[in-house]
Amino acid sequence: MGNFLVWVIWFLAAGACLGTGVAVVSMTNPFYSALSLIGNLASLAVLFLLLSAEFVAAAQVLVYAGAVMVMFLFVVAYLGGRADAPWAGGPPLLRAAAVVAAAALLVEVVVVLGLAWGDDLTDPSDVSDSFGSPAEVGEVFLTDHLLAFEITSIVLLVAAIGGVVLGTTREKEEETA
Amino acid sequence: MDGPDVGWYLIVAAILFGIGALGVMLRRSPLIVLLSLEIMLNAANLTLIAFARQHGDLDGQIFALAVMAVAAAEVAIGLGLIVAMARRRMLLDVDQASALRG
Repeated sequence: MGNFLVWVIWFLAAGACLGTGVAVVSMTNPFYSALSLIGNLASLAVLFLLLSAEFVAAAQVLVYAGAVMVMFLFVVAYLGGRADAPWAGGPPLLRAAAVVAAAALLVEVVVVLGLAWGDDLTDPSDVSDSFGSPAEVGEVFLTDHLLAFEITSIVLLVAAIGGVVLGTTREKEEETA
Repeated sequence: MDGPDVGWYLIVAAILFGIGALGVMLRRSPLIVLLSLEIMLNAANLTLIAFARQHGDLDGQIFALAVMAVAAAEVAIGLGLIVAMARRRMLLDVDQASALRG
């Protein structure tokens, strides 16, 4: 019974994930695209929970669906009508090539998965209940992956400085604008 | 492990990655290209976490968290660029923004 329930939740989350993904790509209004991406991130968080990655799921909702998407929606609001992105434009050949390239990527990944199926992808290893809990993730982060942890902080600092530099207006620009 | 095998998660991640790649190549608005990039990064994250569960090794989850931090940095810079483009009255179209003139 519990197994059946997990399958139902998996189907709902996976369906929502793919549906909102298609919505993000196909909307002409970036506001709706960003809202769909929030739904996409939330359903991905459910899949993360099913894979016993509790801390990553929580971080996904807080950092991604919370902070990053709010930033996105602010920029969409700032741009207003200019942000609208109609489908028109672009040579038809280029569009066809994009579809073919994306389909080729997908086929490649599925073929690789099909080849690996049965050997590697069944019988997952047994993990304890605390697998993926903040305590365990934090311990691994601060012991084995301390360098990655520190470098992440530098990357974020550099990005923050870059954002400020890009966002600052120079007076000369203001005159021409 | 209850429910579907790890392979099913990988298939969802593959399709999601394909959708994101399609968006990056097909759409011309820089905002939507950025959103599609996020989808691709998240598909990769799902793969990392699925394999972390498969092998019972937390390193994959650590990698996923690092990817999230890099994605946040990328969005900050990308949105900064879009706002700078909008301020210069440039057309918000990735095909038009082909010159690196300052």
